[in-house]
Amino acid sequence: MDLTQTLEIATCTDPGMVRSHNEDSIAADQGNGLVVLADGMGGYNAGEVASGMATTVIVTEMRQILASARPYELDQKNNQEIAARMVREQVLKANSSIYQAAQSQPQYAGMGTTLVVCLFYDNRVLVAHLGDSRLYLLRETKFRQVTRDHSLLQEQIDSGIITPEQAKKAAHKNLVTKALGIDPMVEPEIHEYPTKPGDLYLLCSDGLCDMVDDEDIGMTLQALGGNLKLAAQQLVQMANDNGGRDNVSVILVRVLREYPGPRGVMAKMFAWLK
Amino acid sequence: MAKLILSMDGLVLKEIPLTKERTTIGRKPHNDIQIDNLAVSGEHAVIVTILNDSFLEDLGSTNGTVVNGNPIKKHFLQNNDVVELGKYKLKFVGESAPAANAEKADFEKTMVLRPSAMKTPAPAAATTGPQSAVAQRQAAVQSAAASAAATGIADKDAKSAPGGPASIPPAAAKPGQPLGAIQLLSGGNAGKELELTKPLTTLGKPGVQVAVLTRRPQGYFITHVEGDKRPTVNGQEIGAAPHSLKDHDVIELAGVKMEFFLKA
Repeated sequence: MDLTQTLEIATCTDPGMVRSHNEDSIAADQGNGLVVLADGMGGYNAGEVASGMATTVIVTEMRQILASARPYELDQKNNQEIAARMVREQVLKANSSIYQAAQSQPQYAGMGTTLVVCLFYDNRVLVAHLGDSRLYLLRETKFRQVTRDHSLLQEQIDSGIITPEQAKKAAHKNLVTKALGIDPMVEPEIHEYPTKPGDLYLLCSDGLCDMVDDEDIGMTLQALGGNLKLAAQQLVQMANDNGGRDNVSVILVRVLREYPGPRGVMAKMFAWLK
Repeated sequence: MAKLILSMDGLVLKEIPLTKERTTIGRKPHNDIQIDNLAVSGEHAVIVTILNDSFLEDLGSTNGTVVNGNPIKKHFLQNNDVVELGKYKLKFVGESAPAANAEKADFEKTMVLRPSAMKTPAPAAATTGPQSAVAQRQAAVQSAAASAAATGIADKDAKSAPGGPASIPPAAAKPGQPLGAIQLLSGGNAGKELELTKPLTTLGKPGVQVAVLTRRPQGYFITHVEGDKRPTVNGQEIGAAPHSLKDHDVIELAGVKMEFFLKA
């Protein structure tokens, strides 16, 4: 199912004001309803390599699979939808490619990347993430964070050691507890949420949420929601105006209308004819 | 990326980026930086670069290594340090110097905390049942934080606590930046004044013509958001890029004229 008419997507990425190169990587496949954002880490160029591999592997592999399968098809074995398995397998594939490259080439040793993947299908969005890159949702006037960071800070908040207010001033914002490409195996966190027409999804690297308050991000999306390209640029600009200490990347996805997956006799007929 | 600038008698000879973890300096050709001068030892010194930090170490050279006039054995290189080797000078320039120099060390790159560090206290409490799982996790997090501190990660961040990234109020304009306001000159609300305190303020009618006024450290800007017609500033239609606003500029938007001015 082609989602070109259903989703509006705008992206923007910038090295920021301090760093000399951009270790973030973003990719969007509008027709398949897939967006991927990765924030690489590791010495010199390795971070870019890791995040670039993650986005490329996931987008190309998903494109191949989606050419022949629908995410809401049922698995023959366990009667569950194949979407989650499909995304998970591609994330694992990206993980092993990065891990192997890091193992075999000394200049890439220890590289890794955070990841957020969103797959839109059948009036739903499937979200897989690792590390501290985030997904936010603006629904009507409510702006909230959808993903929970895999970071030391978040674990400290969860276990009650520090409060969210203290977390804003905490020292070790940079320690993530899960990432792609660091270990031979990784388990991405995967959830599925229903979408509504009008929803505005924001994927961003920590360069945005560390520099700009959630409140200001929400306000910007509400004010500039009519012009996604401008909203994306404005968010990056706000991060840079506040110091821009890290690479900043944003992907905005607006759901324009309903997009139920075609089912029933007619759909089967079409699939069969193809 | 940090780099070295090699010069002799004030003449710049070469720029060397510090891309490797170990950069060796000496007279012999196998060195990364070869200086063919008899005052320089075969293996004279080495620069070890870890993330953003570079350390210079003398390798027991005959004539020694001098940084900023002082002989050193081991030295943590800072921006604009000058290393002297005989007649040659090597100037160290840190990453994105000099503006970010003070902040450079503060904002660390994202790093992974290895799960092995999280698991260390687990075996001790492994048999005490599910209720203790939360306590275990908590202990693990604490110990991970401690181990991070032990490895010097938190140590570096500790410097950033005062004046670091967290303490900068986001989206706030610089203190002393004049507050801008607009006054409507035509339409039903003529004479009404609106202070521009927020980082961004939208104007116009949604679906017809909308523009946004953004407050940035450099001043105020107007940008076209939606609508076929763009707003005009002093009679000139603005482009797609943000347009900088000056005191007493007259904006026309959706048929309404307004004046932008700065408050003292």
